[in-house]
Amino acid sequence: MANDKPNQPQDESRRRFLKYSGTAIGGVVLGGVIGGLVGANLKDKDKEETPAAPQTATDNKDYNQALMFFNQDQFLTAEAAAERLFPKDDLGPGAKELGVAFFIDHQMASAFGTNSRDYMQPPYYKAEATQGYQLVFKRRELIALGLDALNGYSNTKYKKPFVEIAPEEQDAVLTAFESNDIELKDVPASNFFAMFLNLTLEGVYADPLYGGNKNMAGWKMRNFPGNQMSYTEYIEKEEFVKLEPMSLHDHLELG
Amino acid sequence: MATKLPKVPVVIVGMGWVGGIIAAELSKAGISVVGIERGKSRDTQDYYHVHDELRYAARYELMQDLSKETVAFRNTMKMRALPMRTYGSFLLGDGLGGAGVHWNGQYYRFLPYDFEIYSKTVERYGKKKIPENMTIRDWGITYEQLEPYFVKYEQMAGISGEKEIPSNIGAMSTPFPTGPMKKSPGMKLFENAAKKLGYHPYVIPSANLSEVYKNPDGVERAPCQYCGYCERFGCEYGAKADPVVTVLPVAKNTGKFELRTHSNVTKIIHDGKKATGVTYVHTPTGEEYTQPADVVILAGYLFTNVKLLLTSKLGEPYDPQTEKGSVGRNYAYQVNGASTSAFYEDREFNLAMGAGALGSSIDDFNGDNFDHSDLNFLHGANIRFTQTGLRPIQYQPVPADTPKWGAEFKKATIHNANRVLSVTGQGASMPNRYHYLDLDPEYKDAFGMPLIRMTFDFEDQDRELVKFIAQKTKAIADEMGATKTEIHDSIKQYNIVPYQSTHNTGGTIMGADPKTSVVNNYLQMWDAENVFICGASNFPHNSGYNPTSTVGALAYRTAEGVQKYLDKGGSLV
Repeated sequence: MANDKPNQPQDESRRRFLKYSGTAIGGVVLGGVIGGLVGANLKDKDKEETPAAPQTATDNKDYNQALMFFNQDQFLTAEAAAERLFPKDDLGPGAKELGVAFFIDHQMASAFGTNSRDYMQPPYYKAEATQGYQLVFKRRELIALGLDALNGYSNTKYKKPFVEIAPEEQDAVLTAFESNDIELKDVPASNFFAMFLNLTLEGVYADPLYGGNKNMAGWKMRNFPGNQMSYTEYIEKEEFVKLEPMSLHDHLELG
Repeated sequence: MATKLPKVPVVIVGMGWVGGIIAAELSKAGISVVGIERGKSRDTQDYYHVHDELRYAARYELMQDLSKETVAFRNTMKMRALPMRTYGSFLLGDGLGGAGVHWNGQYYRFLPYDFEIYSKTVERYGKKKIPENMTIRDWGITYEQLEPYFVKYEQMAGISGEKEIPSNIGAMSTPFPTGPMKKSPGMKLFENAAKKLGYHPYVIPSANLSEVYKNPDGVERAPCQYCGYCERFGCEYGAKADPVVTVLPVAKNTGKFELRTHSNVTKIIHDGKKATGVTYVHTPTGEEYTQPADVVILAGYLFTNVKLLLTSKLGEPYDPQTEKGSVGRNYAYQVNGASTSAFYEDREFNLAMGAGALGSSIDDFNGDNFDHSDLNFLHGANIRFTQTGLRPIQYQPVPADTPKWGAEFKKATIHNANRVLSVTGQGASMPNRYHYLDLDPEYKDAFGMPLIRMTFDFEDQDRELVKFIAQKTKAIADEMGATKTEIHDSIKQYNIVPYQSTHNTGGTIMGADPKTSVVNNYLQMWDAENVFICGASNFPHNSGYNPTSTVGALAYRTAEGVQKYLDKGGSLV
């Protein structure tokens, strides 16, 4: 299916894509014999925006911010703990403002939280560190019990739940978990901590579609441009190019 | 009871680069081919929303579902192997195009030295240079013999590279079909530093097209957009060469190729001398089929190729105690870990932008391009600066003394996000008598078959290599005008947790001696003349390079071998 009119755009979607990406790649067939298909679902920036729905007070609500897995205590503990790992400062928002606890909650409710694509067959044996994760615990079990344990530990040591102790005290609790410096009956503390830290950073920097990185503020702090279609015109530039980030939502053609 | 299907001339197990290339070559020659793929079908339409680091890079969207099948791992024979329950050190491809979909596109022909590593090492340094238990051997084919097949792959994929290549790598009879990738400021800094030190930098040959290219099969593809989502992602532009946008459509257009997806081969049927076909399970229905064929080709990733031979009891399993048998021997990997980070306080780079194969490299310390007389290791590494697109979840650049979390961590990662260039070594991996693949005695896959068991560790060879190469990366980084540099020069035990490389090799190695190899230099099995096995599983060792180039060349060689076999029969060597 070679293109016999190499200077003609394949179709409307391709024309829109070329405008959209601003690249001069000519009118060639993309994707070879399978034809030109890139950009067919890309949002047309040149098209007039559909008139926005009338503004109401409820527009500021994010209805995606609700719990799929955690209970209220676990959620608040997750929010407080994540904020200590990635705190708000003069560079920008911290984990709380970025919606990281919602991200973690949603991930725990997902296939990832139930380890559905991991090998979970028994038997389980004590492993060497070089052999990786060998716990029977699923991620959602480890995270929920770990958050409960953060509270339990705070209650024992400071007579208050984790969310009510001072930030320095929260850091001390987190450090104790990180270094496995404590004996917890139910939870491998450092495994929990490592997984929670990883989830926190994912929540800061994953596409906003997953509930964290609210308004792409995580990306903006790092000058990460999100997902642009092309950097051909910038790749050779000596100077740093700042681009307004784009999320996957910007690439979706809504019906 | 399995449903028996009508016999076909050729059945191929696995539809990645190897399966795709062989399917295209045979079907173009008029030979009917059935291609069996355990995963789903794919095309570029699947990648509209591919720029998603969480889904594709952190959650491994394109990779094999480990709940169904994984590998078991131990460092030494004294340990109990345990299953790799989650991804870490390497990633296993799945679905149409296989690992050829999620690769970066870095394209390096192996060195002439690689194919004759044993003879050339002995010739220059004497037999004593080779440490006890290091099982390096000649490949049974020379660089010159393989050269025409490299050219075929390059023309098909449209490899982009410089017209003039350094004289310390294999000579090319035909230049790359497209020009080199663009040069980023980091690449220029690396190249200038390397030149100043007397080395020979060149732009990494790339399967991310640098320009519009129409290949000899008439497949036309658009150039790379430097979007920064390559490795672990599919390319929505079709700019990155993968089987789905190159060879598979060509095979399909012949009318001689039938693709069967969601079909997991569980057995090679054979009488000990020849195969008669394969058995597979159609995974959505659980129904079992037998596909008789004149020729059976194993084109899976190395674990699949080795596992099918062992579970089907075809060929002799390798025994590290006696060193008898060959199936599973010479498992090797990639020795990374030598690198230097260059921190720039005075400038930022556009590091989110990039391409999987964007970068520059030198081979002055690769292969036997330097004198090893006074060194305690063999081979070396390709030393490079790459700009593959740094994404924020998996890239948290900080100086070594930074805390792992909290205010200081946040500040340091944000400050350094676009200020660090890394010079890294991709080290060769030498085989060892005790590094091998066999069947795990305990753990099973979703079909009730044993998992592959990997026994592998880093040896002194690897630690010495890393120490030496790291110094070279530092020397280059120190010339790149950075505020400060930080060297990483030690590796310890092999650990399956941190991601290192998806360049696993060996297990069905090629060679000239039926006693110590599984296939001859047409990738035809010594023990069953109508079985061909092709992939990085054929490598007797792994070079200081990405493997796909050499895999591609071997696939073209296999296709030729199969045609010869169908014409004449018998052993091809």
